[in-house]
Amino acid sequence: MDFLRITSPHGHGPLSTAKVMQTVLLATLPGLAAMTWFFGPGTLINIIFGGLIALALEYAVMGIRQRDPLFYLRDYSVLVTSTLLCFALPPYAPWWLIVIGVASAVLLGKHVFGGLGYNPFNPAMVGYVVLLISFPLQMSSWAAPRGLGEVPGFTDALTALFFARDYDAVTMATPLDIMRQNTGLLMDDLYREATQFGQWAGVGWEWVNLAFLAGGVWLLYQRIFTWHGPVAMLAAIGLCAAAGFDGGSSNSGGSPVFHWLSGATMFGAFFIITDPVSSAVSNRGRLIFGALIGVLVYIIRVTGNYPDAVAFAVLILNFAAPLIDQYTQPATYGHDRSSE
Amino acid sequence: MTDVSYQTLTHNGLWKNNPALVQLLGLCPLLAVSASVVNSLGLAAATMFVLITSNISVALIRNVVSDTVRLPAFVMIIAAAVTAIELLMQAYTYELYQILGIFLPLITTNCVILGRADAFASKNPLLPSAYDGFIMAVGFGAVLVVLGAIRELLGTGGLFANMHLLFGESARAWQITLIDDYQSFLLAILPPGAFIVAGLLIAVKNQIDARAKRLAAQNAAEIVVGAKRVRVTGKIS
Repeated sequence: MDFLRITSPHGHGPLSTAKVMQTVLLATLPGLAAMTWFFGPGTLINIIFGGLIALALEYAVMGIRQRDPLFYLRDYSVLVTSTLLCFALPPYAPWWLIVIGVASAVLLGKHVFGGLGYNPFNPAMVGYVVLLISFPLQMSSWAAPRGLGEVPGFTDALTALFFARDYDAVTMATPLDIMRQNTGLLMDDLYREATQFGQWAGVGWEWVNLAFLAGGVWLLYQRIFTWHGPVAMLAAIGLCAAAGFDGGSSNSGGSPVFHWLSGATMFGAFFIITDPVSSAVSNRGRLIFGALIGVLVYIIRVTGNYPDAVAFAVLILNFAAPLIDQYTQPATYGHDRSSE
Repeated sequence: MTDVSYQTLTHNGLWKNNPALVQLLGLCPLLAVSASVVNSLGLAAATMFVLITSNISVALIRNVVSDTVRLPAFVMIIAAAVTAIELLMQAYTYELYQILGIFLPLITTNCVILGRADAFASKNPLLPSAYDGFIMAVGFGAVLVVLGAIRELLGTGGLFANMHLLFGESARAWQITLIDDYQSFLLAILPPGAFIVAGLLIAVKNQIDARAKRLAAQNAAEIVVGAKRVRVTGKIS
């Protein structure tokens, strides 16, 4: 045992930025496995390619900013940014899409504000939204999951990355998209008619979301973040969906389970909104932060123009985080709130 | 105020006190219209006309109009000039007039114009006022055109599209396509692109200024704030 420390706290967790970031990367592995199984190696290739670009960019920018590049590369934060962004990109995206996305995330999302710890927005989501607004066609061609379409092999995936025009990946509307565009069917009919729907949500998607949930729960167990943000977000989505859902018609926006297991819900709840820099700081603040994100995700999904909304909701609430912090500042120990 | 030299005016308008990069005035048309070079040029020209006309008129009446009613008087002058340029553009460059739309009448509320009228033209004689209006408009227009060029280049992969709207049919051939088969980068053309590019331009300007200041301080062998030093007592501020 370690008896060296004399004053409290006696227990200490030797957490460094690098350690936290490595843990987060490890926790994405179940999600990565699920995505690779259902959508082929596209996501894996995105992540590797995007990671290389991100490392090169970080090295170059730190050189320009006259800092020690290796010191900053060693904290893995840029890899987490690029990995999270590449999870959100469609598999078999062309190489320039990934380059622009990673560059926007690292340069516009992080370094123009002063680097890690100073970014008001989640860098990965900045990169994602830049791409989503700029290249709607490429960003909405999502590969068909295993069982509904052919899952490309490794060489096909590499070809798609570098010679986009020579190879057309099999793409298909995602369940969220179908749900948004169908307003006239009963839910049972919709599930029968559209092959994209599986047990609870979309084929493949439900397992991807469950895998991210597993990774997120492990992170929670590792105490990388507190439960407040994710639980509030999931509860808010569930409540909104339960309030809107009438049990049968596709016009009412899908059941809570459908929303929990669709699109980027679990990924957003455990890997995006838990970013310590751009989220609210206090526990109460995180509850509000997460809940508002959940409400926005539901509203944009059901009534907005885009099928999924995690990125937009997160960016809007990143704006609001300082305000939330101001009104949820905890009282200092020994003081009551009125004396402040 | 009569001892203002033209050199100072030029430096102020183009760089040190640039309306778009430093005063951050008139951002609404600057950001909304600068999606292409031709739009930028059109708005820059209209703004220049209004700025010069209003500065001249204000300088002429500066001793007649009393202080209490000066602002309404200035706004009347500016609105008249805007109406004139609006009718002119409607007559000669109708398509561009339609593209610029509401942002032409909105020049009336452009703070640069009222700002120069009140801060400069109402206190200075005719010629310096006219020159100030001109050079401020050049500074504003230069930023507008650079912004338009960057956004058009990023957004469409080409430059100088649709120049015939402003310069007649022969200018149709000015269009340059730098990259064939370019995936249009929508963000640059949409409003967020305007904010991002304008922010980057301001950053570049501040960077240049900071470097110039550092060099000047070094050359003058002055104490640079934040520099490493041996003595640790006292404070350099």
